[in-house]
This record gives sequence, C-alpha cells and structure tokens, in this order.
Amino acid sequence: MYDFQYTKVQSIDDAVHHMQQDEEAVLLAGGMTLLPALKQRLAQPTQLLDLSGIENFSSISVDGDAIRIAALTTHAGVAGSPLVQVHIPALAALANSIGDPQVRNRGTLGGSIANADPAADYPAALVALDATVITTKQTIAAEDFFVDLFETVLESDEIITAVSFPKPRRAAYAKFANPASRYAVVGVFVAESDAGCRVAVTGAQGSVFRWQEAEAALSSEFDAKSIESLTLPTDDMNEDLHATADYRAHLVVVMACQAVREITG
Amino acid sequence: MTVNGKAVTADVEDRTLLVQLLREQLGLTGTHVGCDTSQCGACVVHVNGASVKSCSVLAAQCNNAKVLTIEGLADSQALHPMQQAFKDNHGLQCGFCTPGMIMSAIDLVQNNPDPTDAEIRDWLEGNICRCTGYQNIVSSIQAGARMMQSR
Repeated sequence: MYDFQYTKVQSIDDAVHHMQQDEEAVLLAGGMTLLPALKQRLAQPTQLLDLSGIENFSSISVDGDAIRIAALTTHAGVAGSPLVQVHIPALAALANSIGDPQVRNRGTLGGSIANADPAADYPAALVALDATVITTKQTIAAEDFFVDLFETVLESDEIITAVSFPKPRRAAYAKFANPASRYAVVGVFVAESDAGCRVAVTGAQGSVFRWQEAEAALSSEFDAKSIESLTLPTDDMNEDLHATADYRAHLVVVMACQAVREITG
Repeated sequence: MTVNGKAVTADVEDRTLLVQLLREQLGLTGTHVGCDTSQCGACVVHVNGASVKSCSVLAAQCNNAKVLTIEGLADSQALHPMQQAFKDNHGLQCGFCTPGMIMSAIDLVQNNPDPTDAEIRDWLEGNICRCTGYQNIVSSIQAGARMMQSR
C-alpha cells in the first residue's frame, strides 16, 4: 500500500468536513473492497476516513411500509436481522450470499452500493425493491443512483446515510455466483408489490438494469413460463474470463426463471 | 487493544494491517498470510468476537478492540476443544490453513452450536485448504462443536 493518513471521524458532519478539506480523501466503511484495492496500489488516497466510530450508523428499523437500514450495517447484520428476515426475507438471503462469513462480518451496505461494482449483489435488490438511497444531500430512487461501472450519482463530499427498502408482497433473488469470489456472474432480483413487478439484473452489464420485457410478461402472468423463452440482446453484456456475453444473456433468463420459481414454489 | 486477553500498546504506521501488527510486532506468527487478498482465510482472527480476515483490516481500525488469535485459545492445561478435535480427527495435513480454519470454525459454533455438514461446508467458503479435501476438516468441526457444547 502507498502511505496514507488514517482518520477516525466522530460524526457524519466531521466526515463531510474532512472530505471538503481534502479532495483526495476516501471513506472507509468495511474496507472489504477498498483495502484489497489499496494493497494492489490501484488507488492512492491521501486519507482514509474511518466511519466506524459514528454512533447509530448500523441500525435497522421499520419506517412505515419500508425497512430502513443504516449505511454502515454489515452484510451479516442485514442477513441476521429479524426485521429483514420477516419483512424482506429475499434481502436477508441475498446479504447472506455475499462473499464469505468474514467478508460479511466487515463489508457494509453503504460501502457496497457506493462502490457500485457491476457484479455486486445489493444493486439488484435496491432497484427491484424500488429502494430509496438517503444521503447527506438528497433522497434518491435506487434506479437513478447507479449510473455506470463503479459510478453513482454521489458527489465527492456526499455520504450515504441509509437505504429505505419498501416491503414487497413477495420477492426472490437468484444468482449464478463466481465459485471463487461469490460475486454475481449474473444475479436477478424479482419483486412484486402493489405497484407491480420489477426485475433487476446485476453482473450482466456495466451497471444494474431493469429487464422491462420480463416485468411486462410477469405482470400479465406471474409464472416462469411467461419469461423462459424471452431473449436479451448481447451487445451490452459484460464479457470476461468468467463468461461470454452470450452466456451471460442466457444466464439472465435462467436466473430470472429460478427467482420466479422460488416465489411461486 | 487487547490481544488474547492481554492489553497491548503499539505504534504502527497508518497503513499497517492487523496481521502485520500481530505477526511482525507482537510475534504472534500463528496467524498466517496465505493469499494476502482476503480469499484464503489463513489469516482469520476474531475482532470483538467476530471472525475477520486480518490481512484486510487495518491495525488502526482495531484500536481498543478485543482481538483473539490461535495463540489465545489453549490454556496452560489443555488445547481448546476445537484444536483437540482437529488433532483427533486428522483435520490437517500441512497445517498452513489450520489456524484460520479453527478460528473460523469457533465463530461458526458460537453462532450455530450444532451445525450440519452442509452448514459447515457453506461457512468454510472463505477458508481454503489445498491438502485435505475438507472431509476431515468437516469431521473435526463437528467433533469440536460437540466438545464445545459439553464443556
């Protein structure tokens, strides 16, 4: 690692202040992506602002018809939360499928979505559940939050404070996991609520996206048969050593069907 | 911080990893560095009771924390039940992954006192062994869980 200054901030305001003073400072949440990246010298921040000392930054609460999860809640915290398990079991299961137990003990919801890895799991849940991202500057729909590969709408001095997930009527997440990292080669989150059916796909393209053709088909009949013969264009699909674009396009359909079958039983 | 029940004070560079502090400054070389990319799990220790990969945590993040390493398990009389179970069930060959396996296994049993074969294998996602094929590791953890319960 290149050298940097470690600063443990005391409050969100304190963190924002440091970010405004030092444009090369970065936030440290769980560090499960940041620290490995620093060890490979992929980045050279001047300062790491450790958020772990901020009070009440990892709480989970009921917020009307939604579950509000503070940004520094770990994946293990989401997976093990009785509130999440009761109201959005698919989200608890998703959190429990991230990485491995040690990564889940450190990695956080806010850190994951701020990083916006194209193969991360959470973005699919946020978009399918029509979650709202709450930051120090704005409240924004998840669909507008994720912009592109490792890119969000977050400004350089903006911090995610929480995510609010509306409770769905029913939902499921299916992923084809990379056997080594457990990142999603393709992951599909299907959610049905009073507002309709949403299908969000992660891992397949530069950023999470809604598969609207499948949403329409499932809205007329919520059954895997409605979508199993659909196809996706391969132009924008990711292609790497793990999967070709064609294979990923195929996996989207297979994972979507799997998620729907998990719901319909 | 507290390491294996003893208060420890150390001056470290801001970028020092927890595993570097443990091994290089405190001389606790039972915690191993395998892949150094948070994949293999040889460096697993407990921080405030939860298992973490000490190659991917800064020492500074553990300021005032309670850290438990493989050296802190046995008392002067006997091995920890999980260590004894690995010994009894031949849960290791070269032994490089073993400290991490045992620290990870204890965290599992603390949360799930009677894990099934499938739950153990699932939990070991973050611990890689290149010798055993895992069979005896799983047997060891099942035996260790029973011994921990009866203690």
